[in-house]
Amino acid sequence: MTLSARDVSWGASGRMIVGGVTLEAAPGKILGLIGPNGSGKSSLLRLLCRLRKVSSGVVELDGRDIGEVSRRELARRLAFVEQQATTEIQLSVCDVVRLGRTPHRGALASWNAADEQAVDAALARVGMSERHDQHWHTLSGGERQRVHIARALAQTPSELILDEPTNHLDIQHQLSILTLVRRLGVTCIVALHDLNLAALFCDEIALLHEGRLVASGTPETVLTEETIKRVFGVAVRIGASASGRRHIEYLVDPDCYGDAAP
Amino acid sequence: MSHHPVQPNWPARIGIALAALAALVFAIALAVTIGEMRIPLATAFQALGNGLFDLGYPVSAIQQGVIFDYRLSRALLAGLCGGALALSGAILQALLRNPLAEPYILGISAGASTGAVAVMILGFGGAALTVSGGAFLGSVAALLIVALLAAGAGGASDRVILAGVAGSQLFNAATATIVTTLASAEQARGVMFWLLGNFGGVRWPDVFVATPVALAGFAICMLHAKALDAFAFGADAAASLGVAVTRVRIVLFAVTAVMTATMVSIVGTIGFVGLVIPHAARFLVGPGHARLLPVCLVIGAIFMILADILSRILVPQQILPIGVVTALVGAPAFAIILYRARRPA
Ligand SMILES: Nc1ncnc2c1ncn2[C@@H]1O[C@H](COP(=O)(O)OP(=O)(O)OP(=O)(O)O)[C@@H](O)[C@H]1O
Ligand SMILES: [Mg+2]
Repeated sequence: MTLSARDVSWGASGRMIVGGVTLEAAPGKILGLIGPNGSGKSSLLRLLCRLRKVSSGVVELDGRDIGEVSRRELARRLAFVEQQATTEIQLSVCDVVRLGRTPHRGALASWNAADEQAVDAALARVGMSERHDQHWHTLSGGERQRVHIARALAQTPSELILDEPTNHLDIQHQLSILTLVRRLGVTCIVALHDLNLAALFCDEIALLHEGRLVASGTPETVLTEETIKRVFGVAVRIGASASGRRHIEYLVDPDCYGDAAP
Repeated sequence: MSHHPVQPNWPARIGIALAALAALVFAIALAVTIGEMRIPLATAFQALGNGLFDLGYPVSAIQQGVIFDYRLSRALLAGLCGGALALSGAILQALLRNPLAEPYILGISAGASTGAVAVMILGFGGAALTVSGGAFLGSVAALLIVALLAAGAGGASDRVILAGVAGSQLFNAATATIVTTLASAEQARGVMFWLLGNFGGVRWPDVFVATPVALAGFAICMLHAKALDAFAFGADAAASLGVAVTRVRIVLFAVTAVMTATMVSIVGTIGFVGLVIPHAARFLVGPGHARLLPVCLVIGAIFMILADILSRILVPQQILPIGVVTALVGAPAFAIILYRARRPA
């Protein structure tokens, strides 16, 4: 159940950007969204959190059309981390994470112990507790990303949508963020660029190409040599990683990639 | 580890509120005593007692008149005007995510003055439309034009300011056209004096109009304080935090337009307050709107009351337009704010 899209389409400036995509996030599982730049991953994620209105099709949360759920109710269930979001305002780390409590607080409610606890727990989970009072603008790209994830966790969501959460992160933090997401046990839809990370951490993968769903299913069925060659235009050899997951090796000669490009 | 008290610290809050109120009363008392006729503070309070509660202190009729009918209403209106403009600036800066947004720069004040002048000189709308009503229509028109121009130019937050500059020019030209072609010489002089910002003609009925507008506007803004915080990372981020973005924008833009229009229709256009005060307030209490908005209201009020005093005493025997004083005080203050707010790269 939880979050599903049925035949959703969306366009802008007279162009089809997402075309008839159907997918479903299994409860407590991680659904990876992969595809080349401009394939419509971010656009699809925005449709899934109702930041844009679908032009046809329907997005459902527990079988309810999310167009009919109030924004506030939706935000208590579903948290979204944008691909890149920054601010000119002088905020501290905890100011940003506190924003995650917005949907849980009434207009006149004062800050309470539950709010404080959610913020502290979220910061601890992304390993940023010591940075509680640091200024947002002084954080590195990866630290900002972790603070955004902490903000989303402070919403205490049951569905989490992440748009390239590993952007800017070093390899250790890429792994630790995705491990963290797995341990959360929440339903998660995550756009990823790194095919090996997708193979390693996702229970299911959906592959987008030019706004359309090309393949979906387990990493084993989606990540094949032919599909990757067709969609990304890169020759690969698929092996097995130490953990038994798929491992993708890129078959390129670093000295003459441009000549050999498809 | 946490630096934020879990329970609001009520004694501290009440203490700060009382201190702010005392500062406000002190500014008003200064405004009442300072002027061409110097009046001792004690006399001022006695006159106040007479005016409000009929206490019968021995205050001369002239002093009583100057204090109660003239200076007190003027000081109160200056306070309301400064508070409302500062509040409008803080709201626009948050919604448009642009630190330069304020009613004057976005052309909302210019639109309001065109509307007011259209009613005053053209008799636009007949008896159905008051000067304030005309100002409101003008400010809404300006807001819509700026929004359309900005959206047409791509909607980025820096475009809004450019659109505002274009809108101001348009409305100022319209005002100038109406005044120069259709007003009598006497009307034209009166209008020009009013346009530059002037508390001279303020009387009690103006205060009775401005008070509910400023206080209701403040209350509505306070109800949206958390929503305004959520705009920090943009409208999409606010929406994904559960804020009904479209409704909040419409309500708060309307509140800003009403507050600006009311003040402009009474005292003309006054720049800089909406720009400088929110930055000063942020510098004092940080960016959270639950604190920022009340602080803007109080500092804006005190600032405008003091600016009005300066406008009366800076040049002996003359009254400077209030807009000149706010710019004289505001520009250096703004430079300091910019300098000190430089963030580490
Ligand atoms: N509002 C819009 N108006 C016009 N075109 C748009 C709009 N939003 C997205 N697009 C276009 O739609 C396509 C898909 O964009 P989207 O951001 O969804 O891609 P993506 O898969 O997330 O890419 P990336 O991997 O680079 O993040 C792009 O070509 C983009 O230029
Ligand atoms: Mg993207």
